[in-house]
Order: sequence, then C-alpha cells, then structure tokens
Amino acid sequence: MAKHIDIRKFTGFRAIAVLCLFLLYAPLIVVSVYSFNDSISITTWGGFSLRWYEDVFFGPEAPKFKQAAINSLTIAIGAAVASTAIATAAATAMLRAGKFKGKSFSFMLINLPLMVPEIVTAVATLIFFSAIGFVSGYMTILVAHIVFCIPFAYLPIAARMQSIEPFYEQAALDLYATRFQAFRMILLPLMAPGILSGFLLAFIISLDDFIITNFVKGAGVETLPTAIFGAVKLGIKPNVMAISTLLLLVSVVFVTLSYLVGRMGENTEK
Amino acid sequence: MRQPDQSTQVGTLAVEVQNVTKNYGTFTALKDINLGIKDNEFFTMLGPSGCGKTTLLRSIAGFESISKGDLLLYGENIADLPPNKRPVNTVFQQYALFPHMNVTSNVMFGLERLGHSATDAKRRAREVLAMVQLTQFADRLPSQLSGGQQQRVALARALAPNPKVLLLDEPLSALDLKLRQSVRVELQQLQHETGITFVFVTHDQEEALTMSDRIAVMSNGQVQQVGTPVEIYEHPVNRFVADFIGDTNIIDVTVTKTTGQSATCRLPDGSTLLCEANDGAAEGTGHISIRPERIRLCNPGTGQLDGRIKSRVYLGTDLNVHVTLKDGTDVKARIQNTDGIDIPNVGEPVDLRLEASGTRLLVD
Repeated sequence: MAKHIDIRKFTGFRAIAVLCLFLLYAPLIVVSVYSFNDSISITTWGGFSLRWYEDVFFGPEAPKFKQAAINSLTIAIGAAVASTAIATAAATAMLRAGKFKGKSFSFMLINLPLMVPEIVTAVATLIFFSAIGFVSGYMTILVAHIVFCIPFAYLPIAARMQSIEPFYEQAALDLYATRFQAFRMILLPLMAPGILSGFLLAFIISLDDFIITNFVKGAGVETLPTAIFGAVKLGIKPNVMAISTLLLLVSVVFVTLSYLVGRMGENTEK
Repeated sequence: MRQPDQSTQVGTLAVEVQNVTKNYGTFTALKDINLGIKDNEFFTMLGPSGCGKTTLLRSIAGFESISKGDLLLYGENIADLPPNKRPVNTVFQQYALFPHMNVTSNVMFGLERLGHSATDAKRRAREVLAMVQLTQFADRLPSQLSGGQQQRVALARALAPNPKVLLLDEPLSALDLKLRQSVRVELQQLQHETGITFVFVTHDQEEALTMSDRIAVMSNGQVQQVGTPVEIYEHPVNRFVADFIGDTNIIDVTVTKTTGQSATCRLPDGSTLLCEANDGAAEGTGHISIRPERIRLCNPGTGQLDGRIKSRVYLGTDLNVHVTLKDGTDVKARIQNTDGIDIPNVGEPVDLRLEASGTRLLVD
C-alpha cells in the first residue's frame, strides 16, 4: 500500500497556513485588542482601558444599542425556535415518512437558501413583503429570519436523525405506542442533541445577519448589526469595536456550545 | 427436547399465513406462502439470507404490509392492523433498546402503553427481569450492559406485555459462540415456562435443529419444507433442504421402480438400492441424498459402490473420509472413532455400503 501522504511535508505548507490564519483572524484580533484602547483614535494605542465598554452600556448611545440588542436577541430566539420546529418537522418528513412524490424537490427547496446569494434573498423578500402589503418593522425581520434560518437548523437535525436507526421507533410501535408516542417518547429524545445544535446555529445566524435585516427592517427598528453599521457610517469610534467584540464573544460561545452539544450526542450513541 | 408426538399433535393455530405474497417493485420477496404455526410451539423459520424469512416475520409483526393473502392470529385477521394493534412482540436483531431509558423503563414501556398503572408495570418488570436474571441491572442504561445482557433485556421487554406470539429476529447472531450456545438453552426454557408461542428466525441450521419444535425451511421466498428437526434432517423433501441442512452426499441414480414411499434406484456402478421416496416420484434419472454418517466403509468386493480413498481427516470424535467413485463422483463419509477402526490409506481401494434407511430420493 502507498505510504500515507503527509500534507505538512509539502513545500510552503507552513507559510500558506500561517498566511491564511493571519488573514482570517488578524482583523478580529485587532478589533478586540483596540476595543480596550484608552485613546479615541482607532489606530494608535493609548493604554489599556474599559472606557469604551462603559460607553456602550452607559454612554449617550447606550439606549440605542440597548434597544438594538433587545431586538436582536428576541428576534434570534423567536427565529431559532420557529425555524427549529419547522426544520424538525421537515426532517421527520424527509427521513421518516418513506418515499413520497417530490421528495428530492423538497430536499432542494429546503437547502436552496444556502446556495442563493443572500442579497438576492434580501431583495426578493423585500419585494414579496411590499407586494403583499406586509408593513416593514419588527415582524418583517422576524419572518424573514425564520425563513432563512430553516436550512441552518435543518442540517444538524437531519444529520442526527439519519444516524438514528429506524428500529427504535419500530420497537416502540411494536410495544403498543402510537406513531405520535413513538415520535415524542423515542425519536425526539434521541434527536435532542441535533435539535439543540440546530437551534444554536439558527440563533447565531439570526443574531449575525445584516444584509436581509437591513433590507426588510422598518424605519427606526434596528438590530445590533444594523445599529453598528449605522454607527460606523457616522465615523468609526472605538465603542463600535467594543460592541463588535461583545457580539463576537456571544458568537464564539454559541458556536462552541453547538459543537459541544453535537459531540456529546455522538458520545451517548450506543 | 420435547417429545415429537407432543409437537405434532393437533392444536389451535397461533399464526396462520394464508397465500401471502410480498412484492417490492418487481422483486417478489414472498411467493404465495402458506404456514400454520401452532399454539405454544417453538417454531423456526430457517433459510439463507434473502430467502424471505425476515420479511415474513416483519409481516407478522406489522412492519411490512403484505401484497396479497391473509395473516391470522388465533383466528383473527391481523393483516391490516398497524404494529401497535397486534398483540405480538418482537426481539430485534440489534435489540433496539431505548438508549435514553434504563432497563426497568425499557421493560415497562409496553405495559404502560397498554394502560397498566406505573406500580403494576414496575411489578411486572421486576418479575420478567428476574426471569432473565437481570434483577441487579434494573437501573442501568443499555449502554452500561454487555451484549448478552442487552439481549436478555430485549427479551424481557418483549415478554413483559405477555404477547400472544413472541417474534425473534436472529436475536443470537450478535453474540459470541459460547454465549450463543447457553442462550439457546435459556430461550427454550423460557418458552416452556411462559407457554408463549415463539417464532424464531435464523440462518443457523444448528440453532434451528437444537431449539425448535418445528422448522420451516425457506428459500427464494418459498417454504421448502415444514417439519420437526428429525423430519427435516432425516427426510428432506428436496435437494435444497437436503443440501442446506447438515452435510450430505448427492449421488446421481436411475430410478427403475417406485412403490409408494420407496423407490428402487440403480447406482452408478450398476448395483440397486431401495430408498425412501415421496409419493409420486418419477422413474428415470434422479438424485439420492445420503448423510456422511450413514455411509459405511468395507473391504473391496463386499459393498455397493467401489472407489478409492482420496483423503482422511482426523477430527477426534470422528474421521472424515473422502472417497472417489469409479465415475469420478466424490463421496464424503463420517466414521465414528471407535475401537479397532481400520481405514485404508489414501489411494487404496475401498467399498461403500449405503444404509437404505438413510438414503432418500430427492425432488429437484
């Protein structure tokens, strides 16, 4: 048998890897570090300070950011709950309902939003909402988020369901459970890690979204990303860096959670 | 093992399979099957993989819908009932224990769905777990048990609701050989104790022969023969059964005369032999089956077939001797290792004598 190829031995591997990691993470590190800058300049270091964090929470713009944060969180929770429920139902239909007409079409339909450029979805959603007379505001953001979060919630849920052998539900049916009982008492608990993982992923996708939100939001309704964008347009102040760092922290926590939950699920198998 | 007369006596039928056909698209998994499984018997469906035995079992459980025919459970037609409305329970090949529930909850599951109170279900669970000797593991999760223990939990869970028929889908195939042999005995005892009709599916003929009251040998979606282990082994009706169950020799013969249950056949070397035959066996060319242990070796000139020793393999309790006949046919003989046996060396001439009661004319 051919010897295992070690990609690390390739010429320039190390240099390319370092370059890629640098390009990916340097901006994030710069923003995080400079959020603790005592100076008002965004480029020169003036010593360590928490003043910009204080400014975010208690400064003149605090109420605006607070409202945006509340909007972001409630929309993210609402969108994650709804899209997770829909994705769970979709996964059950796709993987447990046997063959039905238009199955592969449905699969495509569920996953298409992942392939379509977000700007296209944003424009289409805006046009659709105005065509049906859905007035822009908080609700338009929520509905749009529910829709585009579905494929993100679907992926971990379907992956999990695929790994659960159908004989568990058959055993439940064999032991006199109704189909709904088999779903609720057997399939759902076994899928819990996948569902939680899907929920967290949908939550973070919703929380971070800018493009679609910016299109469908009504005047005066802001989420954190649009509020940050609005603030940046007026000139980059270090408080934007502080708030970005906070958002980054939340994202990292949730993505890590989602990953850990997924891995925990794998470990409890068998 | 139970007395044969007990197993053949006429009783009520637990399961009646009537003209059952199952199609998957153009593939026919079950072809017009008719079977009667008696009340309180250990019935085995035996066959190679793909013969339809598991499909038939799953049809009785309700996981597969049948394309044609009827399924009766103690006289009641269950063909159109969903699995949760059929008073039968299944031991799955992979056990299918609910991984998020402990042993007791697993065993209580069926009872609770049937509407038993929690205390009632708990009492019954304790009872069944004691029956399979798992009392001390009642609070464990399935993942904390060995394969053999999981298998017994699966058994306890399926027995707890006291089903009319217990269906077992190759439940021993995941166990190692030693464990498998001890579980066979336990399963048989459990069947006797509970008096529940067991329908067991396996591809392992030894398992089938040692445990069953009756066996249905299946191949290609059809039942080839139904009978007691003795009937199946000693009186196979056709070539498939003779070949599939145990070791056998198939020898080409010419059938010269048939009379009821026997036939006179001319062996390749010209000698004639009276052997068992089915009703209506036709004259002409045919095959006979004879088990290796029903063949005797004797001195040249004193037997029915003459040949030469091709090989001898010492097995301790027995010797396997291969003899090549004049016409080139290879015949296997199994000779018990007793005092004073004298087997010629490889290449030396030898004669074979076939026990008439062990030879059988086969239908192809």
